[in-house]
Amino acid sequence: MKYMLLMQFSAAGTDFPSIDTWTPEEIRAHIGFMGDVNAKLVADGEFVQGEGLGGPQQARIVRAGENGAPVVTEGPFAETKEFLAGWWIVDCETPQRAVEIAAHISTAPGPGGRPLNMPIEVHPVMSAPPQEL
Amino acid sequence: MLARRFGDFATAEDAVQEALLAAATQWPAEGLPDNPRGWLVQVAYRRMIELVRGEAARRDREDRAARRGGDDRRTAPAADEPLTADRDDTLVLLFLCCHPTLSTPSAIALTLRAVGGLSTAEIARAFLVPEATMAQRISRAKQRIRSSGLPFRMPAEDERQARLAAVLHVLYLIFTEGHTASLGDDLRRVDLSEEAIRLTRAMHALLPDDSEVAGLLALMLLTEARAAARTGASGELISLAEQDRSRWDAAAIAEGTALVTRAMARGPVGPYQLQAAIAALHDEAPTAERTDWPQILALYGVLDRLTGSPVVSLNRAVATAMVHGPAAGLAALEALAADPRLTEHHRLDAARAHLHEMAGDRDAAARHYRAAAGRTTSRPEHDYLLMRAARLASGG
Repeated sequence: MKYMLLMQFSAAGTDFPSIDTWTPEEIRAHIGFMGDVNAKLVADGEFVQGEGLGGPQQARIVRAGENGAPVVTEGPFAETKEFLAGWWIVDCETPQRAVEIAAHISTAPGPGGRPLNMPIEVHPVMSAPPQEL
Repeated sequence: MLARRFGDFATAEDAVQEALLAAATQWPAEGLPDNPRGWLVQVAYRRMIELVRGEAARRDREDRAARRGGDDRRTAPAADEPLTADRDDTLVLLFLCCHPTLSTPSAIALTLRAVGGLSTAEIARAFLVPEATMAQRISRAKQRIRSSGLPFRMPAEDERQARLAAVLHVLYLIFTEGHTASLGDDLRRVDLSEEAIRLTRAMHALLPDDSEVAGLLALMLLTEARAAARTGASGELISLAEQDRSRWDAAAIAEGTALVTRAMARGPVGPYQLQAAIAALHDEAPTAERTDWPQILALYGVLDRLTGSPVVSLNRAVATAMVHGPAAGLAALEALAADPRLTEHHRLDAARAHLHEMAGDRDAAARHYRAAAGRTTSRPEHDYLLMRAARLASGG
């Protein structure tokens, strides 16, 4: 079963300071942790894809306007203060295992080396073979 | 064969790969040897000895020597020596690849690699994962076999049936995985259903008297026979009742039906034969209306008692509705709804929806189709269920 893990931040639900206020050591520890997560997923034969995303400053919202022409606005973040920081797709044997991986990612270190306990959304990917109906 | 002689599966596989590589480069230039198979075995054997010797220099020699036994194993067989042990070796390899200590995804990957002969890249593409991930999955599986000290030999008689069931289960999962919709790169993907049929056919040739192996092969053929009619032009699912039966593969149906008929006559009867028999009854019906539902219901009754599987009970309830009417089917479904293995299962809602639709209760049917759509993890199933609900809601 494939699962998508989303590292989704919201200003309202997050009680740690933004990463651009951390010390170099804290940032390095955080990045090192994420690198280890990816290496471990590959070694366990569970890694499918994963990327970090540009911050809210770089994100755009696009809607089709008149005649399908794109209408571009800055991110939705002004209203909801939510943004997607990164994602993984993992292929694992059980839903419990996906939850386990998400919980581990959630412990990524932040200020003072303490675990961030950030929220990770777990979504099943619609990849199961269909049954005959 | 090498794995059996040396008791080392991973190294044997590497040696065989190198022999095949040598064949690919030498044969076109120098012509086919008189006995290509013997040639390959001999080259692989020499390479294996080199690999084992290199390995032994690094590792504990005494430990290896103690396990290796007699000197005869170090003598390469003559290229024309008849390979009488071939038959058993393929089977032993299958038993090893599907060993219960391996996780299911590992067993599937290893079976396709070691028995099916697919490349790691092909397997990775078939399961839509990166090659590095699949390579890890395979090497971990080999590692696990090595560290668990499993011997390369036929399982003892008392555990043979359980081990055979594990092999059949892995082959069946490879077959169903072949029905996964992919994102437009079908041409580059190995057809896993075909691969599963090929492997099961080979297994049937090795164990012609095993009725469940024959039953699984029949089930695959009888299911695959409907493949062309199962999806529409844009990949949408078409239900069994609405399929264009002229597009079903008559030759596959004839072969599958003959296989399951012979297997059941010989027995002992098992779950794969029963499922194949049900598939045969569907395939033989000239129209959906003329399906022999009383016979199907009887077979589901036997299958239900044999397996105790909740999904079988569910199908049995649907067959009950086809014979005794939707009210009887719905009552049977309600009796199942308390089963914790089914309460969250989308197929319970899909079956309810179907029977409510039969009974003419469009609102209840649409509601359950939507609930089922929300629970399935298959994209084509989701679209099908949502479309059914929409059709009922719009009076179509």
